[in-house]
Amino acid sequence: MKKKLLALTLVAALGSTLLAGCAVQPAPAAPAAAPAETSEAAPAEEPAAEPAAPAASANDKLVVGFAQIGQESGWRDGETNDIQWYAAQNTDTIDLIFADAQQKQENQIKAIRNFIEMGVDVIAFPPVVETGWEAVLTECQEAGIPVILVDRGVDESCADLYATQISSDFIWEGAQAADIVGDLLEGKGKVVELEGTVGASAANERKEGFDNEIAEKYPDIEIIASQTGDFTRALGKEVMESFLKSYDEIDAVFAHNDDMALGAIEAIKEAGKKPGVDIKIVGCDGVKGAFEAMVAGEMNGTVECNPCLAEQVFDTAAKLKAGETVDKWIVSNDGVFTQADAEAELPNRTY
Amino acid sequence: MKKFTQKMEFKPFCVLIAIILICGIISGGDFFKITIVDGHFYGRLIDILRNGSRYAILAAGMTMALGTGGTDISVGSVMAISGAIACSIVDSRILPGLGGNVFLAVLIALAAGAVCGAWNGFMIAKLKVQPMVATMILLTAGRGIAQLVADGKIVTITSDAYYSISGGYILGFPAPMFIAIGVIILFMILTRYTAFGMQVEAIGVNQQSSRLAGIKVERNLWIIYILCGITAALAGIIESAGIKGADCNNCGLMIEMDGILAVAIGGTSLAGGRFSIISSVIGALIVQTISTTIYAFGVAPELTRVAKAIIVIIVCLIQSQAFMDKLKGLFTSGKRKEVQA
Repeated sequence: MKKKLLALTLVAALGSTLLAGCAVQPAPAAPAAAPAETSEAAPAEEPAAEPAAPAASANDKLVVGFAQIGQESGWRDGETNDIQWYAAQNTDTIDLIFADAQQKQENQIKAIRNFIEMGVDVIAFPPVVETGWEAVLTECQEAGIPVILVDRGVDESCADLYATQISSDFIWEGAQAADIVGDLLEGKGKVVELEGTVGASAANERKEGFDNEIAEKYPDIEIIASQTGDFTRALGKEVMESFLKSYDEIDAVFAHNDDMALGAIEAIKEAGKKPGVDIKIVGCDGVKGAFEAMVAGEMNGTVECNPCLAEQVFDTAAKLKAGETVDKWIVSNDGVFTQADAEAELPNRTY
Repeated sequence: MKKFTQKMEFKPFCVLIAIILICGIISGGDFFKITIVDGHFYGRLIDILRNGSRYAILAAGMTMALGTGGTDISVGSVMAISGAIACSIVDSRILPGLGGNVFLAVLIALAAGAVCGAWNGFMIAKLKVQPMVATMILLTAGRGIAQLVADGKIVTITSDAYYSISGGYILGFPAPMFIAIGVIILFMILTRYTAFGMQVEAIGVNQQSSRLAGIKVERNLWIIYILCGITAALAGIIESAGIKGADCNNCGLMIEMDGILAVAIGGTSLAGGRFSIISSVIGALIVQTISTTIYAFGVAPELTRVAKAIIVIIVCLIQSQAFMDKLKGLFTSGKRKEVQA
């Protein structure tokens, strides 16, 4: 009896942790709480839902179907909020039909098929994976609906099936980081590099951009070591610890993302050096923690990977609707931040 | 002396010393260099002690689970949960009434680890689910729970008190080392000076006959998995303290494999039975030394995993009695042939 009771309490305890966890999660903080015109399509539950869209062709508003991946990170939430906020600000010109695919490709495909049936003007979505889009993109093309890929790309074989892709230029980001490092070191010094996950495009291209820019513009700056930190704070710290022991003289660190940079800060402190002063630190992404570190003087710069793509997405969509041609790749407006503008920018950081 | 060479701890100990010596010689002594920075020791060996501590703590718990012939693959997720809870409390994101008290945060995080362990124990002892399948539930669900607690973000904290759990120093040595030593002493007392250790081995050898012999198998399994949960939680606290934040996606990712590897390198059979906590702790230090070595020698990023695998294979071969016998056989038969010729 006693044991049964114990077992029951345990189940209850585990259940309540789950519930408590749920309670902690806030409702998706959307400035676009429920704008009258923004209809929500939920393909997961009701694949055949037919709100018939506020008469797509009849009105002259721009009707955009956006199939978001889901909630996967603070970055992704920032993108969702921006899209919904922008649409809510422009309800008289834009009709946003937003779908949440809950991390599943099949849900994203369902949502896109829904958009086709509704007859939207433009479909935009960040492909959750690179492959498997031929069929649904062909359907879009046959229906004459242009497609905008947002922040991620698809397989080469689909190159003719979408209108344009709006995303960051990782090579440019790497080159910008190199310029920050070059300025900080006044063109002379020794740099170590914390690479992202081996094989990830963000890691490969940021490295390519950084290494080339250093080689071309700053001949006196030497990249003395480069090792992967898997984009994580813990490994960023461990690898930096090792660098500090292998090399007595390190003037700057370039980390392929801000989390590794934050890990490196702790390692540098433990070595009895001042992060941001003795060793300059530059990261990528522009997460809130990096701005806090910059304000505290422990980090020197970051190259943003901007999730706020709404303006570019809707502007491009409007052009496509009007039949204008657009570039196959539109580079998103990424910012470059250093300590000088960190404090002013910190309150604007949403992710 | 002869007695020591026959002990279970002997081989892993030799391997550890050999790896460190080889590294030291190749690096020209750099590997051994220990200096004093800001009043504490500083060097690669100190890094191994600090970063290896969480593996050692994990391995201590894991050894007992493996000793019964079971396993616990949920430790990585439990680490993420405890890190998320502790950091969230310190940051006053949850339970703001505690005022970010570090001591209470650690206590609650450990309790959460115990609850996770109890859940595993319930599945394994009570429902008789196979250990790997039972703990797989928390392996997958645990990270989700951690993300719910942390609201899907990396919780960054600024508390120096919490950071000192990993980054602090006592008598110039890293704090996690002392935590690990404390845990190991407790486990040694539990397994060597009480009947509990014997019972664990008995369960590992044959559960049915242990039960017939009057050992409370269920109760012992509960205790073992709860201990496993607590050690995992402790490792999670140390890891999150080290980076001043709870990274639910990556904290302890795949660490269950490193934990099992540490125990296996230590010589404890995964099939259960005879086990040694000290061997596993040495195994844990070997695992940490391997990764520290790889960073120290600047192996190219795309080769680090291969390099790690090669070293692990060599260590396992040295540990394998069958392989060593074969090797000896090769040499002796070769000689015999020479004589015949």
